[in-house]
Amino acid sequence: MSTHAAPPPYSGPPTGPPTGPPSGPPSGPTAAHPAQTLDLSRTATIPLFRLVLVELRKSMNTLASFWLVVGIAILVVMVEGLLLVIVLVESSESTPGDYTVFATYITALALPVLAIMLVTTEWTQRTAMVTFSIEPRRSRVMLAKYLVCLVLTFAAVVLGVLVGFVCALICQVALPAETTWDFQAELIVGFFITQTLAMTLGFALAALLLNTPAAIVVFAVYRALPVAVFAIAASYLDWFADIRPWIDFEYAQGPLYDLSLSSAEEVGRLLVSGLIWLGLPLTFGLLRILRAEVK
Amino acid sequence: MITVEGLTRTYGSFTAVDDVSFACRPGRVTGFLGPNGAGKTTTMRILVGLTPATRGRATIGGHSYHDLRNPGRHVGVLLDASAQHGGRTGREILTLGATAMGLPKTRVDEMLHLVSLSAEESTRRLRHYSLGMKQRLGIAHALLGDPQVLILDEPANGLDPAGIRWMRGLLKGYSDRGGTVLLSSHLLHEVEQIADEMILIGHGRIVAQGDKKSLLESGRQTKQATTTVASLDQDRLAGALRDKGYAVTPGPNALTVACAAVDVGRVAAELQVVLTDLRSVEGGLEDLFLELTSSTQREMPAYQAQGYPPQGPPPGYPQQPPPAGYPGGPR
Repeated sequence: MSTHAAPPPYSGPPTGPPTGPPSGPPSGPTAAHPAQTLDLSRTATIPLFRLVLVELRKSMNTLASFWLVVGIAILVVMVEGLLLVIVLVESSESTPGDYTVFATYITALALPVLAIMLVTTEWTQRTAMVTFSIEPRRSRVMLAKYLVCLVLTFAAVVLGVLVGFVCALICQVALPAETTWDFQAELIVGFFITQTLAMTLGFALAALLLNTPAAIVVFAVYRALPVAVFAIAASYLDWFADIRPWIDFEYAQGPLYDLSLSSAEEVGRLLVSGLIWLGLPLTFGLLRILRAEVK
Repeated sequence: MITVEGLTRTYGSFTAVDDVSFACRPGRVTGFLGPNGAGKTTTMRILVGLTPATRGRATIGGHSYHDLRNPGRHVGVLLDASAQHGGRTGREILTLGATAMGLPKTRVDEMLHLVSLSAEESTRRLRHYSLGMKQRLGIAHALLGDPQVLILDEPANGLDPAGIRWMRGLLKGYSDRGGTVLLSSHLLHEVEQIADEMILIGHGRIVAQGDKKSLLESGRQTKQATTTVASLDQDRLAGALRDKGYAVTPGPNALTVACAAVDVGRVAAELQVVLTDLRSVEGGLEDLFLELTSSTQREMPAYQAQGYPPQGPPPGYPQQPPPAGYPGGPR
């Protein structure tokens, strides 16, 4: 390094126009200094699956998220246990789907919170500085986070089905006559789709607000308030009742729950209302994160 | 290795970083020195792509940070040791980094060992860490991917004296092996001891840069040298110095003379007076640092209160063009 031209020492304020040739660039790769540039040829881009792996781990490895998951598990076990006891005592009829529905409803309440925290904690705990230093292409990080939301939703559905079958198996042993095994798969698929939309909404609001409590509150209000307002408005205003299916996202999702979505009009309603209630916050939220200054 | 050219970042009418240009070379530790709010952190954030630049360019090894495919393997970054999730353990934080960078899990243990965090400490959650422990963890995180470049913002912050010495040795060894280090500090003594090159920044502008010697020399030109001297015959020495035309202020233990140490020594040699102490009190880099950044200092520098020269704005330091050879510099 000794042959390298040092930046000229400070020699007082400029006293006039510079004279003479410059003393030469202080940097720049030359044969004598090959280390001046970074050789990227042997470094591979971080594969997306590894980012997903990291984000999945992040979604569960903090105190808050860990206890949220444990809390959900305990609640599911308690509710299913209670349900099982009632069914066994009353000798009621039951199918695996009955138990699955309960399990998935419980997870449906908590999963969006997990999705929200996965996004907001990067900002509230300021870990975004580290996350975006490791992968500066922020869109890839956000994509990984979204994929984690899908993975979590899928895992919740699978576990819900599993719980349903275990409970049904117990009933099968205790009440063989009362237990039937016709499983309504479309309900589960419908649940997965609507739950994915709910997760997307949580994700979008989290990106838009970048604050955990605010995102959770707005998420809850967002899901409940418009439905109530629209229902009231539609009952008083005839013209509103006509346009309501097009702007009420919950209403438009109705046919999704049992996979009865068939007509082009229903698809159109879903797209239009989805664009308003989901597309806009998601777009603005992602733009905010991609452009924000990370401090 | 790190090249910053005409970097500017404005927030509304406020200019946080104003036309900053510098270069950091491999095998050297470059100290980025300036008072709080001078623009050090903003410059470093722009380098790492966390803050967009209003104007100018910052590259690392010829690439913009955004274009590094797996930046952690090339550039170690520590911008804020507290910017980690308080609910995660130190080991978990390193594991996340190692996973993302594609490193084996053994690397986590190596790094924990390197920064002297014990197995028990590594399983504690970050919110229970002291600032010094957070800094150690942050340095471990920066070194995970065995990078060729280190960018550290106030890395010594919160470390105890032993920790600061440890870090100094670590960074020295790192740069001796050819690594490039850019570290910032608002504490001159820290940087003075570690850095080979220094960049002084104040009010978003670079006010001086170079190695320690050249900085001191440039500072000397602007100011009367001052020397303290003690000898076995203070009266005779004082008289001779006054005869030479130097202002002499007698003190309880030593004379303060307004000239360079070499001049005092020469007079003493002529008189054959035995000197017991002779030192230059130009204050080293500290005065220079305070002087160069005085327009951004929140507190009055102590020497001004004592009527110590220079008074008022430093003579002609408000700005410095980029050194010759840099874009925007003299051609």
